[in-house]
Amino acid sequence: MNQVILKLLAQRIALALLSLLAVSVIVFSITAVLPGDAAEEQLGQDATPEALAALRTQMGLDVPAPKRYAQWLLGMAKGDLGRSATTQMPVSELVASRLPNSLLLAAVTALFSVPIALALGIASAVWRGSWFDRAVSTSAVAVVSVPEFLVATLAVLVFAVKLRWLPALSFVSDIDSLGQMLQAFAMPVLVLCCVIVAQMMRMTRAAVIDQLEAPYIEMVRLKGASPMRTVLAHALPNAVGPIANAVALSLSYLLGGVIIVETIFNYPGIAKLMVDGVSQRDMPLVQTCAMIFCGAYLILVTAADVCGIVANPRLRHR
Amino acid sequence: MESSTSSPALNTAAPALPPAPRRSPLRWLAGFGFTGLLGLAVLLFWLLAAALGPWLLSHSSAGAGTSNVFAPISAAHWLGTDYLGRDMLALVIEGARYTVGVALLATLLASGTGTTLALLAAASGRWTDATLSRCLDTLTAIPSKMFALIMVAGFGSSVPMLVVTAAIIYVPGAFRIARSLAVNINALDYVTVARTRGEGTLYIMLREILPNIVGPMLADLGLRFVYIVLLLASLSFLGLGIQPPAADWGSLVRENIGALAMGGASVIVPALAIASLTIAVNLVIDNLPGRAARERGAR
Repeated sequence: MNQVILKLLAQRIALALLSLLAVSVIVFSITAVLPGDAAEEQLGQDATPEALAALRTQMGLDVPAPKRYAQWLLGMAKGDLGRSATTQMPVSELVASRLPNSLLLAAVTALFSVPIALALGIASAVWRGSWFDRAVSTSAVAVVSVPEFLVATLAVLVFAVKLRWLPALSFVSDIDSLGQMLQAFAMPVLVLCCVIVAQMMRMTRAAVIDQLEAPYIEMVRLKGASPMRTVLAHALPNAVGPIANAVALSLSYLLGGVIIVETIFNYPGIAKLMVDGVSQRDMPLVQTCAMIFCGAYLILVTAADVCGIVANPRLRHR
Repeated sequence: MESSTSSPALNTAAPALPPAPRRSPLRWLAGFGFTGLLGLAVLLFWLLAAALGPWLLSHSSAGAGTSNVFAPISAAHWLGTDYLGRDMLALVIEGARYTVGVALLATLLASGTGTTLALLAAASGRWTDATLSRCLDTLTAIPSKMFALIMVAGFGSSVPMLVVTAAIIYVPGAFRIARSLAVNINALDYVTVARTRGEGTLYIMLREILPNIVGPMLADLGLRFVYIVLLLASLSFLGLGIQPPAADWGSLVRENIGALAMGGASVIVPALAIASLTIAVNLVIDNLPGRAARERGAR
């Protein structure tokens, strides 16, 4: 039994590592090879050839691209991420100061959104077609089809401007009490939750409905089990795989949402760092942040696959 | 379809899917239902605004602003004024050209490329199929916004760059759907018959498979359009999309974010414009006549 699962898991993980390597090639070529000569751009049109050559040597651009890529990859593996082109600070320091903030934001969001989404998704699948289901599903479609910044803008308008419950911006640096922390986190978490819950709820609902329509559930109903028992004891255990898959995939939407949310609320996280890096075209910073994001994304997607495999009873009882 | 190249044998030997019964356009429209028609109307409105908007406006928004900054909705300014006192209605209609136009171009490019590659993958050998699938799968390992940010960091931000970036991001999704459809069609008897008859790959791709996947691909095109509108708006909102003085709806939200504290119309209106466009397209797709609302995938 375990042989099959282990083999599949090993395949998935190997595939993820391979993808990460491919991603690093793409990231490096887009940021460092394809745009042309960084030295020429920095010095402008009327630079002397000698100055250009000197700067190229200094920036290491006289080395052919594949070799530069290998050096970059090795450096990254050893934790040497280079220096920021604008501030001259080591990238690792910049990232280390911001990463915990982002992880905290993601963790708090996941903590709130997963139970809410699962409850809503299962409930609306069970009461399919009722006013509850229609209300929840329609709001989910509405949230999914508008940009994150609209949700954020509306949330600021309602909670910070009209009701004055929360501050519109968050500054994590000056947190002393639990109350302040709640205030700083409330808006970003609220907005991220809206987006994630909508995604996750839709996928959960689809997964549970898929099970409820299976013939064996009809059998359970015919034998006279209560609706509660039908769902909790019969349908849910079979829907665990797809639901876990949905949770992991939805959490990967966090990575996109967090870029907008950190910017709009001025939250000192890694996504804000990356956006600033992009607008200043600070390549070492952009490369590092991009690899962190893609790594996290691959971990979540692979986790989704792994959950699907492990929870599949057909594979488990082979 | 009735060109001379199609041999008469095609019609007798390969009775493909039975042709859909022809219905009058009015009956077809009625199939959308109320919500579908509503979506269609809103979509049509924005398409017209994007195509004709600049000629319909009596005065250009690019003109000097007034001192009337962040004015509320009034008879003179139907949608209020922005942070420079310019008329918001004119700005939103001018922005439609960028939001709708750029997204439409990128969508057509993405779906076109994706469908072409998928047809190629399905109709030609196993190696082409495997190589194409692997390459495009690799692209999906980068989250869409992240890829856009990397592209902007590398190449700067311009309209052609944005079109190409959005297209690259959404080619794999279109490819995957078109390929799974095309592979199914490719296994059907009439394709085998066409192959046996000695038809080339190009003929199989264009005359046998393509007509049978066009319908679902058009629905997918609409969905992809929504994703691209959202992506481009988000980029502009970050200040990394359409560059000033041009402004799409995302840039308008960014520029007027200062009005948020007063609850001004100038920040709400462009945001609602985006929402109305994307929700309208969703409504149209969900209510396409003769097809159940399909589960929408990731990305």
